[in-house]
Amino acid sequence: MIDNELLEKIIQQVIAEMDGKVSVKDAEDAVKSVISSDSDPDADEPLEDLRSKESKAVPLLKDPADYDALMRMKTKTSARIGVGRAGGRLNTKTLLTLRADHAAARDAVFTDVDENLLNSLNLFSVQTQCTDKNNFLTRPDLGKKLSEEAVETIKSKCAMNPDVEIYASDGLSSTAIAANIANILPAVTDGLKSRGITVGTPFFLKYGRVAAEDEISELLHAKVVCVFIGERPGLATAESMSAYIAYEARVGMPEARRTVVSNIHSGGISAVEAGAYIAELIEKILKAQKSGVELVN
Amino acid sequence: MQSILSVGIDIGTSTTQVIFSRLSMENTAGYFTVPHISIISKDVIYKSDIYITPLKTRTLIDADAVGKIVEAEYSKAGFSPRDVNTGAVIITGESARKENSEEVLSRLSGFAGEFVVSTAGPDLEAIVAGKGSGAASYSDENGVTVVNLDIGGGTSNIVLFDSGESKDRGCVDIGGRLIKLREDMTVTYISESAQKIAKSVNVNIEVGSKTDEREIRKICDRMAELLYELVSGNGSQLLEDIKTPGSTDFKPTKKVRAVCFSGGVADLISENESDSFKYGDIGVILGRAIRDGKLYSEYRVIKANETIRATVVGAGTYTTSVSGSTIDYTEGLFPLKNIPVLRFTESEQKNCFNGDIKAVAERIKWFLSQSDSENAVIAMRGEQNPSYMAVKKLADTLSDAADSVLKDGLPVIVVLECDMAKILGSLMKERLLDKRPVISIDSVKVDHNDFVDMGKPLMDGMVIPVVVKTLIFG
Repeated sequence: MIDNELLEKIIQQVIAEMDGKVSVKDAEDAVKSVISSDSDPDADEPLEDLRSKESKAVPLLKDPADYDALMRMKTKTSARIGVGRAGGRLNTKTLLTLRADHAAARDAVFTDVDENLLNSLNLFSVQTQCTDKNNFLTRPDLGKKLSEEAVETIKSKCAMNPDVEIYASDGLSSTAIAANIANILPAVTDGLKSRGITVGTPFFLKYGRVAAEDEISELLHAKVVCVFIGERPGLATAESMSAYIAYEARVGMPEARRTVVSNIHSGGISAVEAGAYIAELIEKILKAQKSGVELVN
Repeated sequence: MQSILSVGIDIGTSTTQVIFSRLSMENTAGYFTVPHISIISKDVIYKSDIYITPLKTRTLIDADAVGKIVEAEYSKAGFSPRDVNTGAVIITGESARKENSEEVLSRLSGFAGEFVVSTAGPDLEAIVAGKGSGAASYSDENGVTVVNLDIGGGTSNIVLFDSGESKDRGCVDIGGRLIKLREDMTVTYISESAQKIAKSVNVNIEVGSKTDEREIRKICDRMAELLYELVSGNGSQLLEDIKTPGSTDFKPTKKVRAVCFSGGVADLISENESDSFKYGDIGVILGRAIRDGKLYSEYRVIKANETIRATVVGAGTYTTSVSGSTIDYTEGLFPLKNIPVLRFTESEQKNCFNGDIKAVAERIKWFLSQSDSENAVIAMRGEQNPSYMAVKKLADTLSDAADSVLKDGLPVIVVLECDMAKILGSLMKERLLDKRPVISIDSVKVDHNDFVDMGKPLMDGMVIPVVVKTLIFG
């Protein structure tokens, strides 16, 4: 906003330039009315969060033939339907929302999981052979191998021969871990313990791919290994996490031996409910002594 | 895939019918995610003949005779009561009087299998008929509002579905057998409501004297007009006067886009029956009057899958649903029958999440004394994405509260809408240990004072079949 002093100065200058044909008061009123109509009455309100559920719930399509039907359809999909258009193009709001969602997806990949969160959950941190994010993204093979230091740390800090080794890994979405890990870890761990199943020492693996769990399983002689890992984010959510569980995982084993529980996020299955389900699933895997496709057939 | 056998028995004012259907369920979720068991098909595999309901007096059902009909139909269909997993006996219209229902149900209890519900009430009948006719699924598949009018002998049950969900229901005394005639056009019976309608169009009609087709048509035209008033929501005083006692006042909360007819009169609307008094009643003329009336000219009419059998098909096919697929329960408790629902309001739910054990316990205790029941289903909305600590606190609160007021050995039964039953149930089990059993299921919506039946777990124990009833007796 322009302060009064500045305003007065401008007005006087304009009037001077107009050779005094207008009275100072008239000019002042005219300028003030322009400014007040210009100023946003909601200027103090926070900006609308384009990515929020509330914002996305509002259809931009003008005069839909059946508004109720459109609203019902919108509750069934996170796809951008009923957004209308401006000529042949998207509305500005749609475009901005799309870009905001894309930015969140990129952030999910490129940020790191907060150290404070890991500390609060008593998770120590180790790293794969990847040296940084770029290296992690361009060398999937290295994301499946533990660094020498990681091997030593895990060996020294983790309990050996657990029934189940559970750990978390950033994968392609650190945001997913931030959103879900604090709720799913106790749900699974407590569920397993109440079933009399021993749970190993949990930790966090940075720059990890799913198959790193095979080496970890071998290293700790775990019967079952379970990793909570961030899924490649999309434009619908950047918070989706999966659990990949395998019985007697070995380096180089077929991918079909992994049992997967995907879509764990606030809009899919909640972290706590997934945790209760996974505890039961692990019990089943231990009993059947197999996982993945073999478990189903 | 697994399937269960469901029976539907409809004992109405004029007809009694039996059907058997097979409900098949399957895990419809993908391979890589949490399972989701749904009922994927509902096939009616046997339909009985349509029997005239045997009566002892004009209003009293001959329960023994009904029992024989049902017995005979079981053996015709080739099933024994042991084969039946679920289903419903529905007693409707005039027949739903207390002395009738008690007797009939006790006579039928042996045939109905171990998990069959008995239920009645005009509102529920409207919903059941609307599901059986196909109006509900049409509404669901097309995302439109559909009204189903089930026009039977004594009453017309009406329900409005919006995207498959029933929104408004009601019942009026309009039907094909409200006036009965001999071949020589002597009136042998006229109901109170029919008399009121006749008066409103200045027709003099009474038992024992003769009438003619023109006068009957006048009455039926007025009936058709009253049904139009009902659907459009602009009712006259007369419409209020002929409302079926015990039914809800039908007021459409949304614009009606399509109308579907079921019940015995529905066939007489669509078929051109030339014999005006074929059944010794006004059904044929009422059908004609509706076809020529405003309901037909002003609304889109959709064809019903079932007409006269809509109620029995609805009862046998649509009363059972399945719980969510991530649930938790102590084994060996099922089936459970007629457990009244204590539905927590949002603020009462908050008490649970806040750990106010005393308030929750008192609420349960009060409900039990009010409903004169030993146990209750504790129902609430739940939360979409709760934290672990929040669920733990909820589990402890519910466990401790229920444990303090329930008789020893009774299970704590929780039904939630949001998908969180498995974690809640497992934490409640942890809290209660061996003190008492726990049942925690979700994805089921129940209202306060409903009654819930739960069958034996299906699909490897992943789901529990559930029947929610709005009214029971017996």
